[in-house]
This record gives sequence, structure tokens and C-alpha cells, in this order.
Amino acid sequence: MSAPLVSARNLTVRFATQKGPVDAVRGVSFDLGREKIGIVGESGSGKSTVGRALMRLLPRSATVAADRLVVCDTDVLAADEKIMRRIRGRRIGLIMQDPKYSLNPVVPVGLQIAETFRLHSPAHAGARAAREATLALLRQVRIHDPERVAGLYPHQISGGMGQRVMIAMVLAGGPEVLIADEPTSALDVTVRMEVLSLLDELVARKGLGLLFISHDLNLVRRFCDRVLIMYAGRVVEALKASEIDHAKHPYTQGLLASLPLIRQPREILPTLVRDPAWRESA
Amino acid sequence: MSASSPAIDDGPTRGPARSALDAALKQVAAGWASYRRHPLGMVGLALIAALLATALLAPLIAHVDPNAQDLRQRLLPPSALHWFGTDHLGRDVFARVVYGARTTVQIVALVTVLVAPLGLVIGTASGYAGGLVDEVLMRVTDIFLSFPGLVLALGFAAALGPGLTNAGIAISLTAWPPIARLARAETLSLRNADFIAAVRLQGATPMRIVLRHILPLCIPSVIVRVTLNMAGVILTAAGLGFLGLGAQPPLAEWGSMVSTGRQFMLDSPWVVAAPGLSIAAISLAFNLAGDALRDVLDPRNEA
Amino acid sequence: MSAAHGPTLHTASPADDPEDDRVRRFLAGLGRVAGRLLSIALTLLGLLLLTFTMGRLLPADPVLAVTGAEVNKATYDRVYAELGLDRPLWEQFASYVGNVLRGDLGVSATTGHSVLSDLGHVFPATFELAVFAVITGVAIGLPLGIVAAVNRGRLIDHVARIIGLAGHSVPIFWLGLMALFVFYAKLHWVDASGRLSVFYEGMLEPVTGLLLLDTAMARDWDMFRDAVSHIVLPGLLLGYYSVAYISRMTRSFMLEQLNQEYVIAARAKGLSTAQVVWRHAFKNIRVQLLTIVALTLGGLLDGAVLVETVFGWPGLGQYLTRGLTMNDMNVVMGAVLLTGAMFMAINLISDRLYRILDARTH
Repeated sequence: MSAPLVSARNLTVRFATQKGPVDAVRGVSFDLGREKIGIVGESGSGKSTVGRALMRLLPRSATVAADRLVVCDTDVLAADEKIMRRIRGRRIGLIMQDPKYSLNPVVPVGLQIAETFRLHSPAHAGARAAREATLALLRQVRIHDPERVAGLYPHQISGGMGQRVMIAMVLAGGPEVLIADEPTSALDVTVRMEVLSLLDELVARKGLGLLFISHDLNLVRRFCDRVLIMYAGRVVEALKASEIDHAKHPYTQGLLASLPLIRQPREILPTLVRDPAWRESA
Repeated sequence: MSASSPAIDDGPTRGPARSALDAALKQVAAGWASYRRHPLGMVGLALIAALLATALLAPLIAHVDPNAQDLRQRLLPPSALHWFGTDHLGRDVFARVVYGARTTVQIVALVTVLVAPLGLVIGTASGYAGGLVDEVLMRVTDIFLSFPGLVLALGFAAALGPGLTNAGIAISLTAWPPIARLARAETLSLRNADFIAAVRLQGATPMRIVLRHILPLCIPSVIVRVTLNMAGVILTAAGLGFLGLGAQPPLAEWGSMVSTGRQFMLDSPWVVAAPGLSIAAISLAFNLAGDALRDVLDPRNEA
Repeated sequence: MSAAHGPTLHTASPADDPEDDRVRRFLAGLGRVAGRLLSIALTLLGLLLLTFTMGRLLPADPVLAVTGAEVNKATYDRVYAELGLDRPLWEQFASYVGNVLRGDLGVSATTGHSVLSDLGHVFPATFELAVFAVITGVAIGLPLGIVAAVNRGRLIDHVARIIGLAGHSVPIFWLGLMALFVFYAKLHWVDASGRLSVFYEGMLEPVTGLLLLDTAMARDWDMFRDAVSHIVLPGLLLGYYSVAYISRMTRSFMLEQLNQEYVIAARAKGLSTAQVVWRHAFKNIRVQLLTIVALTLGGLLDGAVLVETVFGWPGLGQYLTRGLTMNDMNVVMGAVLLTGAMFMAINLISDRLYRILDARTH
């Protein structure tokens, strides 16, 4: 593999809160190539914070430190805001959880896609070129009547369609890396698979790197190439998705053990017992 | 009394009551701890305390009679003897400002005493009764709300005749609608609660339900809201005084002191400066306290 | 819904007929409009009842206002009957409502003119002052509130907060006096008292009644400058109070938006802070801000009463306070009624605009 798209070494994120500093992410390291990496953890484990730290989208109260944090050949720790703006959207895109909140409610969705396109198109693209591109992107995300949908407001479309619009909006900047932060958690179970297969196909066809953040271990092991298990701000285990059944860390084993299985019904699902030591040792 | 009754009877009836009181006290303590983190809120509270102390201890703070005239001593600039100077009748401005605190406290107390019960009764009745009663009462509330406060207060003050009490009544007549709205909203959310249904099943009359069970629960938010609105009340009272429709001379009132001082302002600015700054300080105090209070109760606002 | 229950429950229901359905929907719409009109009419009636009560309570004898203080018993009783004061209260109220609807607000006991024509003269003065103040308030308050929200907790935010707190705390009449003391008496930067210098009095035929507009249209720039020099202090002062309110509300609306997910999504697209704020967040608060500006306009009527008294501005507020001190019943009733009606109209219009402009409601 050539130079990775994302390279993080010993990434630490500290939030200043009223009750003193809190470390949300502690010493996380990984490399992302043109592959799909899943980050799995419960809420509060710091998985979303990792994604946002890569794009430097954290609130002012957060301090990011790392031995190395390189995204698409750019040192994120040293870059100024102007350089970051040129990376965001153009080289690394962020798909968020719920289109109901992540799309601007008072702007037609077509314009929100066109905005990303015009922001990152090499020559100053005119309104017509942006509109063409918008319709093409909507078709790419399998929306069949793009002319109609482009003029709708976010509250007028369903969650599944909203998430496809979100994907189109993120793709409009032509990024090489996608961060998908729980992209299907807010969707109905029936449309989850549609959105996932769409994402899968687009990532494969365009050869993108994908950081897939989720709390759903089953989903991630089927969908991703590699999996990072996070607990209390640390990566406690990193392994190939195919080898997840051979996980060594007790937390991962516990997670696996507490999953319900169709073929082997269990009387009582075991409860995960947390060992305080997991917080400290990697 | 409790000593004579068997211990078994005491347990169940007193237990919950005591724990409810405990919980309430704990909540107040937590609120206070959170309030104390707002330095500006503490400044506001200190200023309000200072106002109350000044009003209570006015004769000890100012050694002269605020109404004692001495035409040989008129319009003297501030000095060691007259800290804030003297006015056009030779009265000591410092003494008048100190006694003016009494007037302000009286108005604040009067408005609170009138507005809180009025708003509570109208709001809870409207919310609990619903239907036509609600429709009529809320329509009346809307009509009162459709006036700028000062204009309405001016009208009432003039109609009732000038004077401290009437000014308080006039301001109260303009200040109750937001309180009633608030109490109504609280009542609506409480009306269908399980414990109200339980009381109803025990055969309690609507009157009893409203007065004994719903109204007390609305009191904390109403008190907070009255505090938040107090700065506006003080400014309106001062405005009435300035326009000659508030407390009447020779009673010391800050707004009317500014008004009478107007014509001497060019040569003797102190007669206007001191009472004006006092109004500003107290209304600022209530604003600061209100801000902190809002913060404590609704942390989302500023977090 | 009808697809689920309709066929089995009532097969031949008239609601299934599309023509009938349209009629029904039209009638429902008509009913809504009628309901709204009725509710406006009821509120207006309430307003009239309020001013009527106020007028009856006023410690002024309406008979003496007509006849003067020196009057014999016979004349007094005749006028008493002429004014309808011997009739029951509800009849008096009915005739008051009738008079108001015909545009008859009575005659002012002090000016001798009809109250309606008096109001026609004083209202433009207040309107001009209020518009000047609102423009100041929006021009300064809106950017201030946005900058404060974006830089929350930094210096500019604290400055905005202090400006706001002062605006909510310092009595406007006192600040007005202080401003007169400094800018008029000491620095001689501005003129004071009234809308024009005595020298220009009566030289201009009013067209709109707004002096800045009238003098500009007449191309009389000396007079224009004189008018500006009169309005600038009361206008800015009144404007300061709207700055305080508008900036505070703008800040709080903006903060709410800046915490939304779509703001992060917009930043993730590569937009700059300014672009995120103006193209995205601001669009979400425009409609709310409109309501705030309308409310400010209503609140300014309050401030105007005091500012007009301080600056001798011949507007509605001064007319009202003069009526109050002179116990001029018709003037008080007329001025209070106009203020209430204005306030009501502003609220109604802003409410309608809110519904029309808010993209989320349709």
C-alpha cells in the first residue's frame, strides 16, 4: 500500500469542562488506506470525536494533540483554518447521523448539494453547471426524479432519501476519504440496507477510504475490512473483520457474547461486566 | 402532639412528607450552589440586599429628614455635609435617595403581592377549566397584552388618581398577563398527571384540586418569572413618577426626583444624577439576578 | 386515511366525491378566515371596553370639560343629558363604539380640535422617531448579536452583553436628560426640543408628515439638516434601547442555530465561518428576527412616551401625557386606543408574515 490517506499516532482529545478537563480520546493510532475501517464503541467511547478531530470540527473547548495526525497529505495539527477549509469537503467528507438535523431545514436540498460542488469545482462553475452536477449526483445516489427532489426542503423528504441526499452532498466535493458517523442509526430498518449498499457501491467504485463509525458490531463486521474497538477513549483492540470471532480482549468478547443469535437461541443474554482495568491498559 | 400518637401511625404519613421536604431542600441547595457560580448574579443579589437594608434602616443611614427644607441651602454641590448635594428646596439629596429606596421597595412588594396571586388564579382557573372559561380569560389576557405596558399603566394611573398605591395597582394591572399565561401552561401540563387523576377519584372538587394541588406547584416558576420581570416594573414605576403619575410630593421617589431636578440640571447636575443612577443600579441588579436565575433553571440557554 | 377506513365503513360517503370535497375544503377555509376575523373583532371590542372604562374612571367631569367651570345647574343638566351620561352604561358604551367606528373620537377639551385630527398631526412625528430608532436598532443590534454569538465568551460578547444590560436597566428618560446635558448644553452638537428650529416653523407644507422625507423632497437641505439635528438624539436614544433588545435576541437565536448539526455539516463541506453564519444559520433565524423587529416597534411606543416628554417631541406620547395631566378624557381615550390598535396591528401582521415566510410550515 502507498502512503495512507489518514494516519493518526497517539491521538488525544481533551475537553475543558466545568468539572475540569476530560480526555474523550486517549492515544488512538491507526492508518486508513483505500479500505473500510469500522470504529465500534458505545456512546461516550470517543468514536465520533475521533472522526471530527480528523476534520478539526470540534468545539473550541477541545484540545487535540497527537504525535502525528496527517489527513490527505496535510498535517492537521499544523494547518491553519484556510488550509483546513480546502481539505474539508474537497478531500475528506463527513456523513452525519440524521438528515433531519444535518441538512439545513430552510434551504432546498438541491442547493445544498450545488453549494458543495461550486465550492470545490476547479474553475468557477456557473449555476447551470452546478445544477447539472447536482442532478447527476442525485441520480448516482439512486434518486429517480432528481428534478423534483432537488427543489424539496429537507422536511419534505423521507429519512432514507434524506440520507441519500446527504451522501450526494458529501460526494459533490469529490473527496478521497469519507467519515460516516452512524449513517444508518436514525433510519428505519427497511431502508438501512439500501443506504448501506449504496455507500458500499460508491466507495468501491470511486476507490475511497471509509471510516465507518458505529455502535453496531454485527453491522461493522459484515461491512468493513478492519475494525477498531473503542472503550473509554482508547482503542482496546484492532483486528480484521473476518477474525473478529477470535477477539482476545475481554471487552470485545463480552460484546460478542451479548449479541443475540438467530440460530442458537439463548435463554438469557449475558450482561457485559466492565473491568475498570480496561480503561487504562490497551 | 406527635409524642402521644403511636409511632406506627407516624411513619407512613410523615415519611413521604419529610422526604418530599428533603428533596425540595436539596433542590434549593443545588440551585443555590449553581447560582453562586455566577459572579454577576451574586452582585445583583448583593445590590438587592443593599436596597432592602437601605429601605429598612433608612433613618439610621440618613441622619436628616428627607423633607426638611432649608431655602438658604438650596442647590449646594456635594460636600462632606451633603454627600449628594441639596435640591432646589434645600433638601438633602442623599437622604431623599435613601428614603426613595423605601418607596421602591413598597412598589416592588405591592406589585408582587398583587400580580402573583392574580396571575396564578386566572392562569390555573383558565388552564384547569378549559373550554369557554379558558377562551374568555385568555381573550382578556390577550387584550391586556396588546398594550405597551407603560401606556396602559399611565392610563390606569391617571384613572385611579396619582399616588404610590395607585401606581402599584396600575402597574400590577399591566404585569399580570404573562404570569397568567405561565400558570396556565403549567396547569395544562399538570392537569392530566396521574396524581391529579388520583385526587379526582377520591372525590375532590375542582376548586380543591386547583387550590390545593395545582396552584402550589405553579408557585416556584411564578416567583422566578416575577423576579425576571421586576426590572421592568421598577422602570415603569420610575417612568410613572417621572411623568408625575406615581408617588406624589413631598414623598421621596427617584423618578419624580429626576423630573423635578430637570430644570436645575444644567447648573446642578447632581440633583438628577443620584436618583437616576439609583434606578439604574436596582434595575440592573434585578436583571443580573434574573439572568443568573434563568441560567440555573435552564442551563441550555447559556451552557 | 380514507383509503384505510373509507370503503368498508361508509361506501357511499359524500366525502369520496372529489367535487364535494373541494366545496367542503373551501367552506372550511372560509370558516377559518371568518373565525380569525371574529377573533380580531372581539379583541378590538375588548380594547374599546378597556379605553371606555379608563375614560369613565378618569377623575374628569366630561360636562365641565364642555361647559367650563362656571356653569349653572340648568345648563349642567342639559349638557349632562346631551352627552348621554344619564343613560345606562352599556348604552353609553354602545354609542362610544358607534362613534369610534364612524371615526368620531370626540373633541379635545384642551386644544379644541377633534381628537382624530390631532392624532393625525402627532402620529407622523412618533412614527418618524420610531422608524429612525428601529433602523438604528437593526443596523447595529443585528450584526452585534451575530458577532457576539459567533465569538461567545470572548471580549465582543461581553461588550454586547454590557450594552444589552445597560439598555435594560438605565431609565430612558434619565439617559435622555444626560444626553441633552452633554451633547446639547455642553458640546452644542445637536439641537433640542421639537422637530425643527422655531425659525423654520410653518415654512414647509407637510406631505408625508415625516420631516426628513418632506424636507428632502422639497430639496431644502438647510431645513433637512435642521430636522436631522433635532431627531438624531431622541432617535439614537430610542434606537439604543432597540439595539439592546435586538442584539440580545439575535445572539440567543444565533447560538441556538450554531449548536445545530447542520452547522457542523456546513463546516464539513469546507465553508468559512462567515459563510456558515450568513448562508446557513442566518437563513434559519430571519423569520424569528422579523417578529422581534415588530415587537421592538411596539415596545418603542412605550419608550417614545418618555423620550418625547424629555425632548419636547410633538408626538403621540407627548399628546397622551399632556391629556393625562390635563384630565382631557377624549384625548386619553383616543391616544390609548390608537396605541393599542397599532400594537395589535403590528402583532397581527408579524404573526401572518411568520406563517407565510417560514418554509417549514408549508
